[in-house]
Amino acid sequence: MSLARFIERLLQLIPVLLGVSAIVFVMITLTPGDPVEIMIGDQIVTPEQEEALRRDLGLDRPMLERFGLFLGNAVQGDFGESFYHRRPVAEVIAERLPATIELSLVALLVALFTAIPLGVLAAIKKNSIFDRMATVGSLLGVSLPGFWFGILLLMLFAVHLQILPVSGRIGFSSEIEPITHFLLIDTLLRGRPDAFLDALSHIILPAITLGLPMTAILMRVTRTSMLEVLRQDYITFAEAKGLSRHRILWRHALKNALIPTVSVAAIETGSLLGGNMIVETVFGWPGLGRLVVESIFVRNYPLVQAAVLFYAVTYVLLNFIADILYTVLNPRVKL
Amino acid sequence: MTAVMREGEAVANTAAAEESIFRRNLHSFAENRLALGSAIVVLLFVLMAIFAPLIAPHDPAETDLFRRLQPPAWMPGGEWSYLLGCDALGRDILSRIIYGARISIFIGAAVVMVATTIGIMAGLAAGYFRGWVDVLISRVVDILLGFPYLIFAIGLMAMMGPGLINIILALVYKEWVIPCRVVRGETLVTRELEYVEAARALGASGKHIMLREILPNILSPVIVVSTIRMAHVIILEASLSFLGLGVQPPTASWGAMVADGRAFILQAWWVSTFPGVAILLLVLAINVASQGLRDAFDPRFHE
Repeated sequence: MSLARFIERLLQLIPVLLGVSAIVFVMITLTPGDPVEIMIGDQIVTPEQEEALRRDLGLDRPMLERFGLFLGNAVQGDFGESFYHRRPVAEVIAERLPATIELSLVALLVALFTAIPLGVLAAIKKNSIFDRMATVGSLLGVSLPGFWFGILLLMLFAVHLQILPVSGRIGFSSEIEPITHFLLIDTLLRGRPDAFLDALSHIILPAITLGLPMTAILMRVTRTSMLEVLRQDYITFAEAKGLSRHRILWRHALKNALIPTVSVAAIETGSLLGGNMIVETVFGWPGLGRLVVESIFVRNYPLVQAAVLFYAVTYVLLNFIADILYTVLNPRVKL
Repeated sequence: MTAVMREGEAVANTAAAEESIFRRNLHSFAENRLALGSAIVVLLFVLMAIFAPLIAPHDPAETDLFRRLQPPAWMPGGEWSYLLGCDALGRDILSRIIYGARISIFIGAAVVMVATTIGIMAGLAAGYFRGWVDVLISRVVDILLGFPYLIFAIGLMAMMGPGLINIILALVYKEWVIPCRVVRGETLVTRELEYVEAARALGASGKHIMLREILPNILSPVIVVSTIRMAHVIILEASLSFLGLGVQPPTASWGAMVADGRAFILQAWWVSTFPGVAILLLVLAINVASQGLRDAFDPRFHE
């Protein structure tokens, strides 16, 4: 892809991002319930104090001006103050973000490392019992409601077998001084393999739950594209040359078969964002998703606003990367 | 004049051919036993929802403190008149599942129908008129696609507050984009076909061409997509209910029932488990049936 084309695509993001911000702004502005009254709660204040608070929060200005302010501040990473925490929203979000990113990345890895081998096997052994089971499995994977699957896993592994913890990110005794705020990395950096295993035992069930629909989809994609590749002439040619089947499959076929898998994985990474809210709620995972859900119930508008915007911008960027990745990997496609 | 006559005959012939293709497709769907079986399961769920008051053994909202967390019938302490046990307020889980089907199916069907209607109109307009109409509609579509679905719905529900109509609206606001894209793409191709050209030459109005000439020919993929979407919408509704943003208690909804049981997974696994089974069964049946529909009706999957 030429640089000019890349820049053109990049510029196309601007109206989308503007539109997304406008929708988020309108969504929150139209929310019923007066944020000032909610902040005041049971405290006794004079009307003047109430008015001052309203002015402080900029709630007395006209809508368009508030949107302009909101955008200007958002670009600088300033999303105002969290009504609930009494701290800058950006700070509260940044604090919760590593947990969410760590969970999403592990979910992505779980999905890739189960989906690719299973998809390849299903393609090689097409129409076998294994292939049928894989088909049924992937159908189940997209039909299972994530919140329920998570609870089933908890009941089995945490309550019944008692081999994995019920909730949280790490056990009390394994808490360490953070470096990168990614616990799986920090525990190793601090030389605490016991704490690493503890963090791992906490993350495994949420990651499986979050990654399940993605696993199901990627497995189907890998199977289909592998079958497609195996029908190509160059594979027949490689077979005729007398190359071993093993070498053909893993060296020649898989490399090309993975192009659609990688592209779909990039797109589906965006869909992990929505799943986070559910999974973090089920597993008491201290990430951004759970924070957003909690904030809705306490009407902590600035936080919900910033988080929804953050999710949407991330989603748009991930889809953009998926698009670029697809073109780079697959030179036949012109954007 | 003769040319026009022939044109007319050709249209009539295609219509007859369409009819028989439709029959053949229906036939091939019926031959797919798994898909047919799944369609029957979906139908049973629908009947269950409609006749809930006749089928449910108990009032779904009736609490009974003596039956708090009563186990299913086959376990010690269970009763056959409370087959799947009771929840923390002593309400019959089976009856609540039967009534909960009403919420899931009603919301699923309403959202998909309204969204498909809006999507068809917007998609036809964008694909047929092109130009600024297309730019405008496509921009809105792009922006809405910029939101992860669940987050968009959660944001809207936070704004509008819970309630049946609000859930439907929150989901429709984003859902229409999907049929719209399908219809737009199909319309762009179809509007260039000869028979549409012919209708235009005969002086047919834009409205006539869109609704009478183009729409009937692109309807199959749209119907297939909407049946698949129905499964997604049901899971989304259940997810919103699970988070407490759905239909409010005491109305039974499957997602909220699973959430209610979360506090009791240590002592009463059945409270969360059975409503989840209901969601899984319905969604799975819709998915399998719609795959069958797609295989039978979408020519691209004919091998």
